[in-house]
Parts: sequence; C-alpha cells; structure tokens
Amino acid sequence: MQEFIAFCRQLDFDPLLISLKTGIWATVFSFFLGIFAACKIVRAPTKLRVFLDAILTLPMVLPPTAAGFFLLLLFSRKRLFGAVLYERFGILAVQTWLGCVLAATVISFPLMYKNAKAAFEQVDENIVYAARTLGIPEWKIFFKIIVPSAKPGILSGTVLTFARALGEYGATSMLAGNIAGKTGTVSQKIAVALQSGDYAEAGFWACAVLIFALVCMIGINLFGEINRPFRNKQ
Amino acid sequence: MLEVRIKKSVGQFCLDCEFLVENEVFALLGASGSGKSMTLKCIAGIETPDYGRIAVDGHVLFDSERKINVAPQKRRIGYLFEDYALFPHMTVRQNIMSGMGKRPDVNTFKQYISRFFLQGLEEAYPRQLSGGQKQRAAMARMLAAEPDVLLLDEPFSALDSHLSWQIEQQTRAVLEEWRKPTVFVSHSRDEVFRLCERAACIHQGKIEEIASVRELFLHPATKTAAVLTGCKNIAEAYRLDSSHISAPEWGVTLLVPVTAISVSAVGIRSHHLKPEGSGENYFPVHTYHILEDAFEWNLSFRTKEDGAWIQWSVSKTEWSPAEGVPEGFWVSQGDILLFGE
Repeated sequence: MQEFIAFCRQLDFDPLLISLKTGIWATVFSFFLGIFAACKIVRAPTKLRVFLDAILTLPMVLPPTAAGFFLLLLFSRKRLFGAVLYERFGILAVQTWLGCVLAATVISFPLMYKNAKAAFEQVDENIVYAARTLGIPEWKIFFKIIVPSAKPGILSGTVLTFARALGEYGATSMLAGNIAGKTGTVSQKIAVALQSGDYAEAGFWACAVLIFALVCMIGINLFGEINRPFRNKQ
Repeated sequence: MLEVRIKKSVGQFCLDCEFLVENEVFALLGASGSGKSMTLKCIAGIETPDYGRIAVDGHVLFDSERKINVAPQKRRIGYLFEDYALFPHMTVRQNIMSGMGKRPDVNTFKQYISRFFLQGLEEAYPRQLSGGQKQRAAMARMLAAEPDVLLLDEPFSALDSHLSWQIEQQTRAVLEEWRKPTVFVSHSRDEVFRLCERAACIHQGKIEEIASVRELFLHPATKTAAVLTGCKNIAEAYRLDSSHISAPEWGVTLLVPVTAISVSAVGIRSHHLKPEGSGENYFPVHTYHILEDAFEWNLSFRTKEDGAWIQWSVSKTEWSPAEGVPEGFWVSQGDILLFGE
C-alpha cells in the first residue's frame, strides 16, 4: 500500500486532467449537436434521411486514424479552410488542445446522434399529435414531451458519448498529437508508457480507464432497470 | 357547424370526402383502412389534404385555393385517440392542465376532476390508471382545452366490453351536455346506433351515403351501408319485371316493392328471415350448418348445391335446434333491401 501511494505521488496527473477536460467539452458539443441532428433527421424526407444518416454515422464506422487524417487535411494551416480559420479567427486545431476536443467530438458524435435518434423514433407519435391539438407550441412539445419521453435513450447516449470521448486515441493522435501537458491524453499516455517499457504506469492508467468504463456501463444498466416500469405499458 | 371537403392521395389510396356536421354527433362508419382516421387527422391539422376546405362556424382552418392552413395548435379541435395518448411522464393533473393555457385555473381544473370521477387520482401517472380512468382522463384533458369541435377516434375499442358499456354511457352524457360538432369514428355499428344522430358510410376513401342513423339501419341505400350496418346476406340480383327480381346465387325469385328503378344487388338481414311460409319469397333449405353464439343460433343454409350461403340468426329463447331445422324460410317484401349500381 505504502508503495502504491508513493507510486501515485510521483505520477503525473496531467493526462487525466486533459482527458477529463476534453471528454466534458466533447460531450457538451456532441450532446447538443447530436440531439439537434437527430430531431431534424427524424422529420426529414426519406431519401435525404438515408443519405444524411450515413454521413453522420460515418465517424463511428471509419477507423479513427482515417477520420484523424481527414480532419488533419481539413484543419491544416497549409490548406484553405484551416488557413482561413487561423488567419481570420486565430483558430488552430492542429497540435493544440482544441484539436483534442475536435477529434473527440467528431468521433463520439455518432453515439449521441444514434441513441437520440432511436429514442425519438420510439416516442409514440399520437402523443405528439395530441399535444398539438391541445394547443401546446412546438418548442414546448419538444422540451416538455418528446425529450422527457426519450430521456432514457438520451441519457445512455450521453454516458456512452462521454466514455468514448474520454478514451479517444486514433483521431486525437493524428490531429492534436501527443504534447505532454497540452494534448497528451490518458490513452496516448498508455501508448507512450508501453513503448518506453514502463509497464507500471501503462498498467495504472489502463486499470483506471477500465474501472471508469465499467462504472459507466453499470450506471446505464441500473438506470435502465429503475425506469423499466415506465417503459412497459401495462 | 363543421364543414369538410377534402381530397388527399397517399400512394394508391385516395381520400375524397365531403360532409357537414351541425351541433350533433356525426358518425364516420367504415371498415379499417377506409380512411376514417385519415379524415380526422386532416380536420385536426395533423395531416394536410391536397385539395379542399375545412371550416368551423365559417372560420376557415384549411383552404387549398386561398393557401390557408391553420396550425393544429390554433384550430381548437379536440382529438380523442384510440390509445388515449396521455403523456406518460405527466400526472393526471399535468395532463389535464397541459391544454389549459399558461395560467391554468385551479377551480376549473377541479371541476373537470369531479366531472370525470378522477378525485384522488390527480397525482397518479397514466401507467397507474385502469383503462376506464385513462379514457376519462383523456376526455377531461380534451375538454379542458375548450375545443370547438370534438373528434373521437374509436374511443371504446381499447376497453373490455363490460367496461366499455359504462364508459359509453358516461361519454354519451358528456356529449349531450356539450352540444357542439362531434365526429365519432367507429367500426362498431351498435355504438354508432346508440350515440350518433347521423352517419356517413365511407368505403375506400369515398363517402357513399350520409343519412340519419335510423334511416341508414332501416333502409341502407348502398351495399357499403348495408354491410357496415350489419347486413350479412347480400347477393347479385337483376330485375325480371316491375315487381320481381332474380338472385341467381341464392336460387330464388323475389317479389319486391315496385319503386326501385335499377337493381344490381339484394340484401336481407339475418334476423328478418322467418322459419315459415311458402309461395312467394320462400327459400327452401337444401343443406345447412349451425353455429352457436352466446345468446343466438346462427344457421347457414343454401337453396341448391352450388348456391351461396344465407345466414339466419335467431335468439335462443325463440328457437333451438331440438325443434328441428325449418324446411324453408320466408321474408316479407318490406324487409328486402335493393341496391342500384
């Protein structure tokens, strides 16, 4: 025990802070963007829906390194879009913490979007129609009726999004790189520690991530169980 | 008064109907998939018709020519859904108050609670209510929003039959007090007969007949109306002379009133056959089989080997198979229904 405490004392906790900060911001962006995209897509005409859904889900099925490569192409200061962003607005995503957030957002977005969409689709449409005939305005229908009905799906989507954003590696390493104290996230720390033969440090971080992921999943399942009588129509 | 004249195509299906509803309960009677619910959704503004006009007391809700399409929120139309569509995450109180505007009046709310026998259930969630309580909560929510028109979409079909009778009586009392245009959709002819003053028969998206309920059940003018009002025996027929028709599927010639002009089909209600008689309008029994209902016997017979089956229904108090199967049946010419093209 003494040894473990001593080990923790000498450990650099920067990667944890960077990962948490990145995860929280990416989750915030994905949360709003995912819900917005999901509620627009559910109402879109069929052809458009099929096409847009494929595009929005792409970051989930694409290898993260490939996604990172495309992000790098887009945001590089040497390319048009990246150059305009940097020169006009001073925004730089390559090799910066902003790049971490951007990569994590892009990769975790489909999880939020997919879960929110599934949750919206299973909301009984008669409930929405009834709300309209009762004179309830559309924005209120969305926030007071659709979102609460879709709450379990949205919540599990948020947790999965956060977990995914927290552990993002591939796209982050391509876009933001691994700059210690700046863009060095936990997942990148594990890779670096392993490469330099520091099994203790790699092991510590890997176990921390494992426990965190497990807690998240058990939390989602518990929430699902608590809400079961709500979902089952008697 | 509710005026409806709408046309809407969805794939192969084409809805085309026109009717007026005074301060009365007006039924849309039709088989499933005939366009009843679609019509209600168009009136409520949930679906948009391709052409036509919908107005309440002269106030236009939809007019394709003048490009008017009032949002469902502004139409003041109450809609009772088959599954009641109560908001599952809201209590009875929140459900009823949801349509009462920004500052719901507590006294008005209490009136609805007592009027619909919901005392003590104010804080209950829909999942904790019985079928009948859900129906009453949905009625209260609908009326609390103070609509100008009511649309009732199969309001009793989700209830057990013994409960449905009780709820029907309560609904009937509420509607009698309310007296504004009400459209009642059902496939149950008995409910329509008990609750409505006039009815429209809708078949494949088209209204074939509008008449008072009594008239519709006694003298349906179309085959659709006859089937929907429960006429079990319908056959093709053609006129022989001014007072006779032939129904080849049944193998009989029938003496009929002289009035009808052209005849393409004939109908006889299963209760109107009498197990007696001979001569004119007589159906000799060739083969038969018997089906037992809870309170009725249903005897199907035909008059010849390849003939169509004809059904006779009789109360168990009046006849039983032990008395022996009649040799033939007779029908009064006044009970014969004739249909044109």
